[in-house]
Amino acid sequence: MNFLSRYGGEIATLTVEHLWLTAAAMLIATAIAVPIGIGLTRSRRWAGPILGIANVLQTIPSLAMFGFLLPLPWLGERAARIAIVALIAYALLPILRNTYAGIRGIDPSIIEVARALGLTDTQRLLKVELPLAASFILAGLRTATVTCIGIATIAAAVGAGGLGELIFRGVASVDNRLVLAGALPAALLALAADALLGLLEHRLRVRA
Amino acid sequence: MTPAIEFRAVSVFSPERRPLLENISLSIEAGTTTVFLGRSGSGKTTLLRTVNRMIASTRGDILVDGTLNSNTDLIRLRRGIGYVIQETGLFPHFTVERNVGIVLEAEGRPKTPRIQRSHELLAAVGLDPATFAQRLPHQLSGGQRQRVGLARSLAADPGILLMDEPFGALDPLTRREMQDMLRDLLAHLRKTVLLVTHDLNEALYLGDRIALLSEGKLIAALTPQQFLASDRPEVRTYIDAFQRGEQVARQ
Repeated sequence: MNFLSRYGGEIATLTVEHLWLTAAAMLIATAIAVPIGIGLTRSRRWAGPILGIANVLQTIPSLAMFGFLLPLPWLGERAARIAIVALIAYALLPILRNTYAGIRGIDPSIIEVARALGLTDTQRLLKVELPLAASFILAGLRTATVTCIGIATIAAAVGAGGLGELIFRGVASVDNRLVLAGALPAALLALAADALLGLLEHRLRVRA
Repeated sequence: MTPAIEFRAVSVFSPERRPLLENISLSIEAGTTTVFLGRSGSGKTTLLRTVNRMIASTRGDILVDGTLNSNTDLIRLRRGIGYVIQETGLFPHFTVERNVGIVLEAEGRPKTPRIQRSHELLAAVGLDPATFAQRLPHQLSGGQRQRVGLARSLAADPGILLMDEPFGALDPLTRREMQDMLRDLLAHLRKTVLLVTHDLNEALYLGDRIALLSEGKLIAALTPQQFLASDRPEVRTYIDAFQRGEQVARQ
């Protein structure tokens, strides 16, 4: 109890910070990855190389990623910037891949008819392709979010704050309560995000 | 009178330069039904799809209402031509009502007349709007889906209707109902219909003219009576293939 009254306020602040880092990264990653994913369905020869690059980004160990970004001019000034950019890098692949696969996976006869009936490219995208791929795209977003909530704990290593702060402090002072104070809320955040986005994904699913 | 559709020496090659259609010339009178008959891979679907430029002809011209279809704005051309396919291609996330009205929606027409039109058409293809308008495609039987597909193709009142094996996936009895419905509908709508099938019975029942294709070439374009009486070997082979079961059973 004593522990909670002492650290409760800080845990709350860091949780909000953690959420804000993740949310900002997800928003920007979606704004980048969804349009690119759509673009790849239009010119498929780029799909291999672009998905390949996103794939490589994904394989960079997260601690190293934060380290790489640290010396960069504008980014290095603020720890939060580094954290958000790194998180974006990890979020790109799942969103990109699911947008691309979601649209490509639509029954070809539906696309054919949309074209043959004279829907413009934009109408086809907005009325047919995006609604039908929505649950897929959201599934990518869900994977990305859960991953990023986890990775965001490492952002504390570059001083970006978030729940990792407590974990690092706990490790340094060999205080498991502090480690848990960071890890538990982070895990709960991930579970909550997973459940919430899962619910939304289910609602957007279209029966063929 | 200007033909509704005219194919002038149309050839289509695959990207690997394989000929899919060779030198097809055919003139189609407005208000008639022409059936493209032939085995799989004979080029009948390809020919159908050159009309609304789903496939571009490599050589030759296609005239729609006297105008080169390659000179017409693609979106306008396609909105003026109804299109029905075997898989129906109904939008699974739209209600039946919205599916039927999609071309009008794409044209930006207001909602009330759109829905009214869509209900009219549902009734015309034998689906009670009160029962079916709000359903989703997956809640329909194969025949019902095909009716919705037909209603949708008629929404903007196109003069031309392209139908690619529209009843190909249906059982013979449902198929027969659909053929009757289509025939009744066409009797008072006066559309120029191009219909692809490999079913000789369907061709004879629905066609004013039957165009037999084989390996990308137009073999003959005949009335059903002429077709049955024809002694051209390709025509005979096709007819024999259809009557084989009956002949064997009778012996």
